[in-house]
Amino acid sequence: MTESSWSVERAARVLLDAEQDVEAQTSIVAEWDELDLRTAYQVQDAALELRKERGEVVVGVKLGVTSKAKQQQVGVDSPSTAWLTDVMVLPAGEPVPQDRMIHPRVEPEIAFVLGSRLEGPGVTATEALAAVKHVVGAIEVIDSRFSGYKFTMMDAIADNNSSGYYVSGPVSVAPEQLDLSLEAVLLEVDGEIVDSATGAAVHGHPAEALAFAANTLGERGLALEPGWVVLTGGMTDAVPVRPGARLAAHFTSLGSISLSGG
Amino acid sequence: MDDAVHLQAAAVLEEAYSSGVPVPPLVESFPGLTVEDAYAVQQVQLASRLEGGARVVGYKVGLTSAVMQAQIGVDEPDYGFVTDEMVFLENAAVPVVRFLQPRVEPEIAFVLGRDVAGPVTVAELLGAVEYVVPALEIIDSRVADWKIGLVDTVADNASSGAVVLGSRPTHLGEQDLRLAGCNLFVNGALVGTGAGGAVLGSPLTAALWLVNTLGARGVTMRAGQVVLSGSVTASVPVAAGDTVSARIAGLGTVTTRFA
Repeated sequence: MTESSWSVERAARVLLDAEQDVEAQTSIVAEWDELDLRTAYQVQDAALELRKERGEVVVGVKLGVTSKAKQQQVGVDSPSTAWLTDVMVLPAGEPVPQDRMIHPRVEPEIAFVLGSRLEGPGVTATEALAAVKHVVGAIEVIDSRFSGYKFTMMDAIADNNSSGYYVSGPVSVAPEQLDLSLEAVLLEVDGEIVDSATGAAVHGHPAEALAFAANTLGERGLALEPGWVVLTGGMTDAVPVRPGARLAAHFTSLGSISLSGG
Repeated sequence: MDDAVHLQAAAVLEEAYSSGVPVPPLVESFPGLTVEDAYAVQQVQLASRLEGGARVVGYKVGLTSAVMQAQIGVDEPDYGFVTDEMVFLENAAVPVVRFLQPRVEPEIAFVLGRDVAGPVTVAELLGAVEYVVPALEIIDSRVADWKIGLVDTVADNASSGAVVLGSRPTHLGEQDLRLAGCNLFVNGALVGTGAGGAVLGSPLTAALWLVNTLGARGVTMRAGQVVLSGSVTASVPVAAGDTVSARIAGLGTVTTRFA
């Protein structure tokens, strides 16, 4: 494909088709060097419009690259946001839909359900937390449309931050009842603990990640709406999910989530 | 191998302590050294410290995380002794010149209220634990560049350095040590996070392994002795001027500074 053949609309369609066809792509940035941060979010928003056209409904927002370790790996110094729609909700007890995913990986996360609207810029972590109705644990099953997870930050943003599915945990807790910086998770694969982390790994505190989401959306004239879910970003590194794997995330106060690898 | 080899290997490590110059791996200098030999080398060093007037105040469990065990290629932890001169008070300056290549790990420490001779059950162990405290362990290696396998780290007293215990004892009571979060800070910046379960599934499992392993060797743990149960996060290097603190859910904070 030549450089000139790329456009926001084309990139959005290519990535959605890749998701639909379960077929990995190569980096778009490699062919289209005009894909900067602004354009990448335009691709993401254009893909959202296409999703809405086929009947999907926005249910929230997810953050990516919220840990310092991940930011250093990818070579960026701030997180990014992406859209969650109703088709990305994986009901508790459902296996990872391997046939609809290219190369799924799981990450345990802290999720917020919003009680009131949050509109940036200028939102602080304290204000952000005040808008939270309750906190739940979550396992996000991410999937990249790029082969071998080889992508730049711009590719990833255009690709809706490697969105896939997410499962919510069984326990809802009011935010003032938790010390989210010490809320911990143990990640198990086939009964073995493979990693652990706390909420502090998420942009210093999950509420900081929430404030970041409100502020970065605010720059685009968008807001976080009441009832939305915000996935604040992987607490641990993402772990590949083999078919047949048994996964579990155990949170300090947010309960445990089990997930079959499909 | 015979006692003479154990004495020689111990002497090599003792020389590294006193010169401050790390040595090549013992498995290179003493080919054929086994894990049992390595514990014998550790014993030789303990005996000479006791002769010098030191006393054993506890033990540390090492190689407790899945990551460390995979790195070293083992599926069991190891242990080393802690003597009184290895313990520093919280907030007292720890001189880095005492160490060769120090790193710090946040841990949950158990303090025993009565003697325990393994084999015991986890219930019996729980009954013997007086309290828990957050701790920072300064690990160190007398082996150059931390180029250690199981034999080298065991011989080198499980790569121990020093210990700082937190000032607030907490009864085990309703603490869920497995799901307790832990944040590690160096100079105020977050450098690691984890949960107690990163230690062999639970810090209690590590403590139980230690008591029972020592018991099998005829060693009784004494009231007042400390069990350092293993690192909750990856270790981080430290230098003079650094302040390190760990915050563990339910247990509070422990802080140390290096001079």
